[in-house]
Amino acid sequence: MNVSSKPVVVAPATITPVTPRALPQINQLAEIAKHVVPPLVVLAVFVAIWEFWGSQPGATLPAPSTVWAQSRDLIVDPFYDRGGLDKGLFWHLLASLQRVAMGFFLSATIGIGVGLLIGTSQFAMRGLDPIFQVLRTVPPLAWLPLSLAAFREAQPSAIFVIFITAVWPIIINTAVGVRNVPQDFRNVAAVIRLRGPAFFWKIVLPAAAPYIFTGLRIGIGLSWLAIIAAEMLIGGVGIGFFIWDAWNSSNLSDIIVALIYVGLVGYALDRVVAFAGNLATRGTQAN
Amino acid sequence: MSVFLEISRLTVAFPKAPVPVLNEVELRVAKGEYVAVIGHSGCGKSTMLNVVAGLLPATLGGVLLEGREVSGPGPDRAVVFQNHSLLPWLTCYENIKLAVDQTLSKELTRRERHEWVMEQLALVRMTAAKDKRPHEISGGMKQRIGIARALSMRPKVLLLDEPFGALDALTRAHLQDQVMDIHARLGTTIMMITHDVDEAVLLSDRIVMLTNGPNATVGEILEVDLERPRDRLALAHDPRFVNARAAVLEFLHARHANPALAAA
Repeated sequence: MNVSSKPVVVAPATITPVTPRALPQINQLAEIAKHVVPPLVVLAVFVAIWEFWGSQPGATLPAPSTVWAQSRDLIVDPFYDRGGLDKGLFWHLLASLQRVAMGFFLSATIGIGVGLLIGTSQFAMRGLDPIFQVLRTVPPLAWLPLSLAAFREAQPSAIFVIFITAVWPIIINTAVGVRNVPQDFRNVAAVIRLRGPAFFWKIVLPAAAPYIFTGLRIGIGLSWLAIIAAEMLIGGVGIGFFIWDAWNSSNLSDIIVALIYVGLVGYALDRVVAFAGNLATRGTQAN
Repeated sequence: MSVFLEISRLTVAFPKAPVPVLNEVELRVAKGEYVAVIGHSGCGKSTMLNVVAGLLPATLGGVLLEGREVSGPGPDRAVVFQNHSLLPWLTCYENIKLAVDQTLSKELTRRERHEWVMEQLALVRMTAAKDKRPHEISGGMKQRIGIARALSMRPKVLLLDEPFGALDALTRAHLQDQVMDIHARLGTTIMMITHDVDEAVLLSDRIVMLTNGPNATVGEILEVDLERPRDRLALAHDPRFVNARAAVLEFLHARHANPALAAA
């Protein structure tokens, strides 16, 4: 193979100097506005439509302005406490969150434990899986009468309902995570002779961590759904009962304020667990 | 030639398959030798490597390393996997450290193990990226960490399973040079699976050509008679290189053309 043949006369290469162009300055404010403006606009439009329909004669639900007028105390001062059930929303939410914290802590510990067992043991998997598949479809509130009968008190019953609601996705996701440890990682462990507990702690648990946190996130969401419903039935301090109480006294504005708070808290809970998951898995997602 | 690694009448059959994947494979590798195994995809070359690694059991026959039969995987036969297989939750340093802690904890103190890991990182020129996690570095860098991890176990045989298959041509050439360099410095016995003819000729002392599977066996072994160190640019026009290349191509495309492609 010979490339060089006849010499060709070529003009000397001209080099065009390139002046580096200044990078366009990124406007910090504009960047923030890109994310903040659209939701604000949509929200404003939404509130405007709501206001319009709510202020029609014969409207069954209060308009935003009515909500503001009627429930101003509730919105402005969530911390007041006049004894009994007449407290600010903060105290109701706090009571609900305490129940969720206890129930969720229980379901996380037991759920991860059982999930790891099912994931590693074929026998436990075959024995428990059919039972779990049936039990997990039972709606949370259907457990309430049974747990009231068993515990004979409102507080532990509510916590049990949260536990039983949140535990299934945690168990199932943990088990899937453990069973899905990639063959590549198993091969690496085999070559360096990592076995038994060391294999479990150094390979299985970190590999399953993203799945476990997916389960926890679903679990916390379901807990929050369940607690509102459970509290409506069991009474006492709590955001669920607050809503029910407001309905009984035809205080629709209070219900609307409470719903907004419930939504915000639910969102915050989801973000907190997602953040914890990001920290624990060090930003590496299941691959 | 003193035999270091011996594959003896190796037959591998998977359950339910009527014909074995590999049939009566015979291969003897000397200490410090660089052997490439080449063949069409599906011919069972990765299966062969997995049996040597101990990750797959042999159906008949077996593998001897220094006269002792291989049973199960171990750090004396370290593997560099095609898809690097780094643990994503560990940094580059920690990936190597895990292997070192696990395999050399009796020989080395904690301090020595740390220095040994740093030495391996320096060997593949990845010291600067030691605290990065696998998803933060490029494919070539990941494979370098994979190589460092395998070497860190002080293996008797280094098994490379298509180590550069997923890399672009320029990165691949760069890593091939690094592996040649490491082989020259450490004198490790290396068995490499590849489907790249140039790579096989450039890197290895002998090229083992497998016939098409199933029922694949060693069709031919080509001695690559080129002195080391080898320079890819100088060799490109060396008749010995060109002839060796032609011989492998002839085997793969004329005498043992891929049946799947031929049928299409």
